[in-house]
Amino acid sequence: MAEDFAAVAPACDFWSLRLVASHWDRLSMRQGVLEPAALGHSLGAMVTVVSHRGLGYAATDDLSRPGLRAAGRRAREWALMHGRHGLFDASLYPRSGLQADYASPVAAPWSDVPLPEKLALLRQASDGLAIGPAILDWSAWLGWDGVDQLLVSSAGARIFEHLEFVHSGLLAVANAGEQTQRRHGGGADWPQQGGMERLAALGFVEQAPQVAEDALALLEAPECPTETLDLVLMPSQMTLQIHESIGHPLELDRILGDERNYAGTSFVTPDMFGSYRYGSELLNVTFDPRLPGELASTMADDEGTLAEPEVLIRDGILQRPLGGALSQARAGLPGTANARASGWDRPPIDRMGNINLQPAPADGPAEGRASLAELVGGVERGVLMETNRSWSIDDSRNKFQFGCELGRMIIDGELRGLVCNPGYRGLSAGFWRSLDGVGDADSVEVRGVCNCGKGEPNQAIYVGHASPPCRFRGVEVFGGGA
Amino acid sequence: MKGPRSLSRQISERLGQDRQTEEDARDSFYALAERLQAEARPDETLFSELTAERSDFARLNQNRIRQAGQIRHASLQLRLIDGNRQAEAACDLSGDLAHDFELARGLLRQLRLRLRHLPDDPYLHVSDEPTRSDRWPEVPEVDAAAAVADIIAAGAVAGAGAGAGLDLVGIWASGEVTAGLASSLGHRHWHVSRNFHFDWSCHGDGDQSVKGSLGGLRWDAAPVRARLDAMRAELDILARPPKVLAPGRYRAWLAPMAVSELTDMLAWDGFDLKSQRTRQTPLLRLLDGEEQFDPRVSLREVHGPAGTGLLPAFTSEGFMRPDSVTLIDRGAAGSPLVDARAGKEYGLAVNAASGYPESLAMEPGDLAPEQVLEALGTGLFIGNLWYCNWSDPNYCRVTGMTRFGTYWVEDGVIVAPVAPMRFDDSLYRLLGERLVAIGAEAQLLLSAQTYGGRSLESARLPGLLVAGMDFAL
Repeated sequence: MAEDFAAVAPACDFWSLRLVASHWDRLSMRQGVLEPAALGHSLGAMVTVVSHRGLGYAATDDLSRPGLRAAGRRAREWALMHGRHGLFDASLYPRSGLQADYASPVAAPWSDVPLPEKLALLRQASDGLAIGPAILDWSAWLGWDGVDQLLVSSAGARIFEHLEFVHSGLLAVANAGEQTQRRHGGGADWPQQGGMERLAALGFVEQAPQVAEDALALLEAPECPTETLDLVLMPSQMTLQIHESIGHPLELDRILGDERNYAGTSFVTPDMFGSYRYGSELLNVTFDPRLPGELASTMADDEGTLAEPEVLIRDGILQRPLGGALSQARAGLPGTANARASGWDRPPIDRMGNINLQPAPADGPAEGRASLAELVGGVERGVLMETNRSWSIDDSRNKFQFGCELGRMIIDGELRGLVCNPGYRGLSAGFWRSLDGVGDADSVEVRGVCNCGKGEPNQAIYVGHASPPCRFRGVEVFGGGA
Repeated sequence: MKGPRSLSRQISERLGQDRQTEEDARDSFYALAERLQAEARPDETLFSELTAERSDFARLNQNRIRQAGQIRHASLQLRLIDGNRQAEAACDLSGDLAHDFELARGLLRQLRLRLRHLPDDPYLHVSDEPTRSDRWPEVPEVDAAAAVADIIAAGAVAGAGAGAGLDLVGIWASGEVTAGLASSLGHRHWHVSRNFHFDWSCHGDGDQSVKGSLGGLRWDAAPVRARLDAMRAELDILARPPKVLAPGRYRAWLAPMAVSELTDMLAWDGFDLKSQRTRQTPLLRLLDGEEQFDPRVSLREVHGPAGTGLLPAFTSEGFMRPDSVTLIDRGAAGSPLVDARAGKEYGLAVNAASGYPESLAMEPGDLAPEQVLEALGTGLFIGNLWYCNWSDPNYCRVTGMTRFGTYWVEDGVIVAPVAPMRFDDSLYRLLGERLVAIGAEAQLLLSAQTYGGRSLESARLPGLLVAGMDFAL
């Protein structure tokens, strides 16, 4: 197919072709009843053309020679339009000649497990959730995504990726009167690359009764107090905190203003890199495309740039933005290989990739480095929160308010009872400076999100986040109610 | 310059060509479905559904093109039913009938193998009435490149006060969205929407900006030029030093675009039958009679003659959507949205394609546009809300941000822009005891969402005047 396109490509300065074949399988059981099982595949190509100092794209699922020729012609037409009315000179567009391969680490392929066995797993997990009449709704799900992508270009690029993801999750819904509580588990907020081996690690079946018991316990729990307290965030909430108030503000396309009509801008400005104190000295954040199994691990981005680890924040000081080669050229700033598309029918834009908060180094100073027990032990009065439930942040990624599924009071260094509807709010610019405890390497969890949305046209994409639990001082915390 | 007669002839010729192409596409889809049905066994039922899109997108920043291109995507969804068992599959279509048939036939084989292992589905529910419908676009396709050039030219004009051209950021989207359905029971449906949508904002210094949105069937640059002129005037106000508000409760006017963010929250599990029966709906206290909205609040899901006509009249299971479903009836809970599966589970008639409204309309009130500022008096004029989410769904409590075009008003006069503020308040209060007035004019808002394809959803909403709205940060 790539050769077919090379034969019919339009006259232009540069072209690239990104072929993407996706396969999926979805199994879900609600209240013990199997929902319609769904499988499918998608195959299409994104053509990018640079011509007359302009840049254009066209995506098509007609992969015949005439279909590819038509796509090339349409991409060139838009490139000519861009040449006349473009925001930048398209000679800045990277002309990758990279050759690289990447494959997700998979120990137990999805296809090796027969359908009846998967249905039996679902049944076990589902039955484990149904622990009493107050559990009004419960679901268990399993899914698989396989993606093969080939990026070729007129400059000789040939980058092949084979990605696999097994998704799983559990949900228990408990109700008493006007109070309803939902609790997730079994991998619902713990996505990674990989195969069926992940299910055992996630406790897909074993965790089910505990998920339902948590939901019931939350019905009896008092509301989270409304006051300024210390806060310990577990990795299941750190994922979201990193995502919204570090990942997005550092995206270079936001800083360049591309997203101002939709996803927003950033409180970060170009002059801040190299000097701005983003957080306390305990804050170290990396762009890491090589962590095995993390959701956005890869060898190259969708512009064809080799993906290499970079430090974004070192000892609390902001170092570099998240921007692909084109954004870097536009901004005159260094960046990262993170221009990615959500599929064959969307063009690449700046995305996060894997953004990881580093644990305190084992050979570093003891102050601030701790096990979870030590993090909790250092709190006189506070709340531990886990599993994101609600997320909202302003368009410059500063004023945030997040809610969690479950909270636990901390009194005099000890975990006490559950609290329900826990939430907290703050400003990104100040919040990270209140970081005064970072979990050690043993407490790191490699998670991510599967619904990171931005771009026009809109794109939802997978991004990875690894983090230990962290402690913050003096945070505005609140509970539910009218 | 062409006269109106030759122009209308030209348009009708283009429409004729487009119609021929569309009829070819429809016949091709039906031919594919019929060949697949011929592969089905006598005891099997097959539903074939097409979703297709050909869209031009042009993304603007600083009133220049950041990224532009075209997307052509057609997808086939199959639902195979054998007795009380069902399974679904999907694949992309190339447009070549022979190639696509082989692809789909492979899927059909996979489904048949899969069905052997699946249990009966007690909630299997498809229409056994072989409904039919056809809807064709009434206008030729908009020339996207020409329209984008019009916009850039309009934005480049120096404003009276602003001097230079506008810092315009946004997305142009236009083209065709097609839906088709065919089944071995005799269903035959075809629906083509051809429209454009331009969603944009214009920016001043700092974080001050104003929002615009325009959608329709025929492109005319005049409304965009008029809106840009109005935005220039607003940007002059936005250039004033912003008022920084302390957290607290403020009287507020919520413009229709801001109201849409709140109704989007209600749409999230609010009206879905399954969510209501499992007590997950944020409207639980309303359903239980513990809370009420103001009696002036009525919400309906509207299709048929009163709808936009953009959405298909049929569901994936072959049911026809009713013209109207009353979701909130004078402040009290109305009917839920019942999709096919939930209808079977809970024994109610199907009235929706899903549990989520796609064409929501709020009953307007009596506050005329020219009276809004005077009625507001002193408080916030909120043009737009952003990034709403539940603060506590049990109390219908929502948090979110002000964003575009938000002003501080004193004694009915706009005084200054307001720095973005976070609200956290219950919709039972905002649509209940604190509701002062509802705008007399409902605005049609077409969705700008393009996740997974160009949305055809819409809302027709008035603005709301509230006696108080709680701001937390």
